[in-house]
Amino acid sequence: MKQLLPAHRLTLLLMAAGALLIGLFSLSLGRYPIPLKELFVILGHKLTLLPNIAPVQAEIVLFQVRFPRIAAALLIGGALSLAGTTYQGLFKNPMISPDILGAAAGAGFGAALAILFSWNMAGIQVSAFTFGLLAVMITYFISAAINKGTHTILILVLTGVLVSTLFTSLISIIKFTADPFNKLPAITFWLMGGLANISMHDLRLLSIPLILGAVPLLLLRWKLNVLCFGEEEARALGLNVKRIRPLIILCATLLTAASVAVSGMIGFVGLVIPHMARLLIGPNHRTLLPASFFLGGAFLVIVDDAARCIFPVEIPLGILTSLVGAPFFLFLLMKGRKSWL
Amino acid sequence: MKLEINNLVCGYGREPVVKDLSLSLDSGEIVCLLGPNGVGKTTLFKAILGLLPRTSGSITLDGRDIRHFKEQRLAREIAYVPQAHTPPFPFSVMDVVLLGRTAHLGPFASPSPLDYALAEEALSSLHIFFLKDRIYTEISGGERQMVLVARALAQQSRILVLDEPTSHLDFGNQVRVLQQINRLVKKGLSVIMTTHFPNHAFLCATQVVLMQHHNRFQSGTPNKIITEANLLSAYGVEVKIVDTKTHEGDIIKSCVPLIAHSNVEAP
Repeated sequence: MKQLLPAHRLTLLLMAAGALLIGLFSLSLGRYPIPLKELFVILGHKLTLLPNIAPVQAEIVLFQVRFPRIAAALLIGGALSLAGTTYQGLFKNPMISPDILGAAAGAGFGAALAILFSWNMAGIQVSAFTFGLLAVMITYFISAAINKGTHTILILVLTGVLVSTLFTSLISIIKFTADPFNKLPAITFWLMGGLANISMHDLRLLSIPLILGAVPLLLLRWKLNVLCFGEEEARALGLNVKRIRPLIILCATLLTAASVAVSGMIGFVGLVIPHMARLLIGPNHRTLLPASFFLGGAFLVIVDDAARCIFPVEIPLGILTSLVGAPFFLFLLMKGRKSWL
Repeated sequence: MKLEINNLVCGYGREPVVKDLSLSLDSGEIVCLLGPNGVGKTTLFKAILGLLPRTSGSITLDGRDIRHFKEQRLAREIAYVPQAHTPPFPFSVMDVVLLGRTAHLGPFASPSPLDYALAEEALSSLHIFFLKDRIYTEISGGERQMVLVARALAQQSRILVLDEPTSHLDFGNQVRVLQQINRLVKKGLSVIMTTHFPNHAFLCATQVVLMQHHNRFQSGTPNKIITEANLLSAYGVEVKIVDTKTHEGDIIKSCVPLIAHSNVEAP
């Protein structure tokens, strides 16, 4: 990290610290308020065997309910924006997001199918990943077949929109055939996106694909800069594009699908956060990738806090991210640099 | 380092775009590829860079076929300078020049301080060190072209392949880029470049390959190949080759298109 500008290193450090602090602070928020003092007493008790003077309920709420949920928000927000940043770099287009290439819709279909057949969490994850990958592959190969050399990105995005539509209507078919008394509500609520029922077990299950997807991306992050200049130039610069590109698509899709499998369709994080990160730290993926992970995590924790605290009834997370994300993105577009587009 | 192309046949479909082309390039040489649009100059480049499989013939570096080179190995020998382009993200000039180090980095590595030093050296040698922290998408076309040349220098390959390095540049920048190319070749690099201007070949080439439709190729010294008859046959325009004496008394040839021009004043 020696060659990074000190300013970049500081920004990254601040973002990491900020995300962790927001996560920590969020532990005290909620229907059952745990004052910060009590929070530190419980944490101190857990870590150093100090005597526990806080009520037992607080400890249960904290570790069984709130911690898994906030950790999942941090990880899923990070994963979605990591995937978004990666897709944008790989396809040389700042307007691409995991939703646009069909990964989210495909994974959504896979998960809905798994819920219909009453599979367990691992089954939902595998099914979501398989169909997420399938959707991205369909998008990728169809657009490559159509492509006549010009408008590559336009064709790619258009194909992605069509594939997304296809999988969205497949989801509708599943909803149509699902048992309206138990399966249909489950699928519907799950599709709206939310982190309400995350357990420690789910969190552990989520962390495996997230690590598998994120670690290779973070290791290859500088190479993404090379890919931003197009396939032929990247090859002429000495990059083994044929091996690296599928690996990167696989990892980004794994991140998207694992997130969708746990939290349902959470839109906009994968599109907006990469832009914010790029605005703050520049387009070099070496710093951009970690930055978008921290920023995405912090963003989703805050939105999830709002989802569970503002109204007496919890608001589905996916609705809230879009409600916050869409106006914010428009604001960025109006204020932003021309070179984005 | 000697690059040899023998009886190369390559193309995209069943119909070859380049057929039976032979060419040899030694260090310190500049080969200029001339020819009308669509004649296969880019196709030839792609074959040399290993981006396009060939139908028959051979391309060798010091006697070894480049088909057996992996991307990274080939990139250490041959660097590609594309036409100045605009990437989708506002990278800094330094970020762009560092990409030239890809061929020397391991699969999971990022550039080291040594790579930064080499990138800075490449910028300095082209007298554009001041651009280092500027945003690549916001500098002028001529500056971007020079940054791409710097990137190729950071790649430390001995052969540079330049795709129309003077297109999209104003007159002054065209001449400056050609001067830089001449300087690089004096240091022992070899260059293959395409150009749409026969005059540029007169200004820097040691060898010219004139590509014409129906797979006709001629190669030789600029004086031998760039003739009034050859340009008429290749481009379908009538030209006159004229001599100009420099202040030092050297002769520079150039070609002037002979067109009907209403503003030409009678002598």
